[in-house]
Amino acid sequence: MTAQSAAPALALDGIVAGYGGGDVLRGVTFDVPEGSITCVVGPNGAGKSTLMRVISGLLRPRAGTVTLFGEKLSGRSPRAILKMGVVQVPQNHSLFKDMTVRENIDLGGYTLSDRALVTKRMDAVFDMFPQVKDWERMKAGELSGGQQRLVEFARALMLEPRLILLDEPSMGLSPMVLRSVFDAARAMNDNGATMLLVEQNARAGLKLSHHGVVMENGIVRLSGTGREVLEHPEIGELYLGGAVKSSS
Amino acid sequence: MTALLRTEGIKKSFGGVHALNGAAIEVEEGTVAGLIGPNGSGKTTLFNVITGYERPDEGQVYFDDRVLTNAAPDKVFAAGIGRTFQLTRIFARLTVLENMLVAAQTKDRPRNLLAWFGRDAWTHQRRHAMELLQFVGIERHADVLAGSLSYGQRKLLELAYVLVADPRVILLDEPAGGVNPTLVNHIADRIRELNSRGKTFLVVEHNMEFVMGLCSTITVLESGAVAASGPPQLIRTDKRVLDAYLGADLEEDPR
Repeated sequence: MTAQSAAPALALDGIVAGYGGGDVLRGVTFDVPEGSITCVVGPNGAGKSTLMRVISGLLRPRAGTVTLFGEKLSGRSPRAILKMGVVQVPQNHSLFKDMTVRENIDLGGYTLSDRALVTKRMDAVFDMFPQVKDWERMKAGELSGGQQRLVEFARALMLEPRLILLDEPSMGLSPMVLRSVFDAARAMNDNGATMLLVEQNARAGLKLSHHGVVMENGIVRLSGTGREVLEHPEIGELYLGGAVKSSS
Repeated sequence: MTALLRTEGIKKSFGGVHALNGAAIEVEEGTVAGLIGPNGSGKTTLFNVITGYERPDEGQVYFDDRVLTNAAPDKVFAAGIGRTFQLTRIFARLTVLENMLVAAQTKDRPRNLLAWFGRDAWTHQRRHAMELLQFVGIERHADVLAGSLSYGQRKLLELAYVLVADPRVILLDEPAGGVNPTLVNHIADRIRELNSRGKTFLVVEHNMEFVMGLCSTITVLESGAVAASGPPQLIRTDKRVLDAYLGADLEEDPR
């Protein structure tokens, strides 16, 4: 065989999906290269959350395939997809508030039977996020929204995922806190994590990311590097239905 | 011309979060005004303040040049402001027509028991209800349970429901949200028709095509304050508006 570039971490090919009678996604195709942060943005109703549900297996696509490093992922159960190495940090806070931070992170490795491995992974996670280690005995519910996000990131790392899905990590966070959360996301990426991010704060999300995808009404309308997408003249049209003039 | 509905310097916090931070809007009589802004910018909270579901910490609501601030929802409704909700609120286990008759009861308070049970009043209410159902286009579903309607049909029922009381201003919270394109056009058409008969509207909506096509003026909220206001053609090309939608820049590069 001739040399071939390795399969992307995640490949979406012609995804059609929806609820009831309508299709929310109408043929979505893009790749997430290994080691990258790829960010999906778009106005409300573009289909961003539906896309996340398809990748994590909560919604079966009506057409098209999702592959992870060349292996078919679509059609499998959420549990099987998790086992393949896709971990999602959901939009709403998902920690068990009455459990300690350590217990929450421990749960991130619940599919691992080897306790020694769990302890080893936890140490590695604490090395990466030393501040999380400081909170380990606190109840998760006592942490601020931004702190809880970091614990959720730490928990996601327990399985050494091959792909991390971040669904609206900025939700409900102030710009200052958001910065620390995005710094943490960047640190995970520097450490090798491949990430697909869906983000409402398009500007912050695209600046964080290597690749940007703008969805609108169920299809990909723009893609390129994060900066190319952000500076693309058409982005105003996609968000506001009009070409945006610079007022400065 | 003074505005039929207007708010001044509305502030409202939930815990430490400033949902509204000085929001001021004006809705001229006989217009369809739009209220847009990114998620969490305070649109629904402003609706709730206007309609008495939330008390503002500061600021005033004026309707027809009278102060309406802090009036209870039923008083606001009686004053002539009707509203629909983002997630429809109907009685799922009553029929469509029964839902309409419930609306009629809250409107026509009985002068005496005879009037309440009177045959004339009853037939009048039924006829009026059927006319409104016909107007929105769901009269053939009059006898089915409201809970069995599609989401779009529920939105139409809510519109008909609000029309029973014949309010002067109707606040619509995402009338096109989650509705298929054909029905979106139908809803826009019904709003235009009502407007041509003199009804005033304030519409919160994320569907830009819908809002830009329907409204004569649009106010853009960002972080609970007005970022811009004007006709659609100016709003859709306003850099401040796009900035509001694309979100805060985390790496302010001072130039």
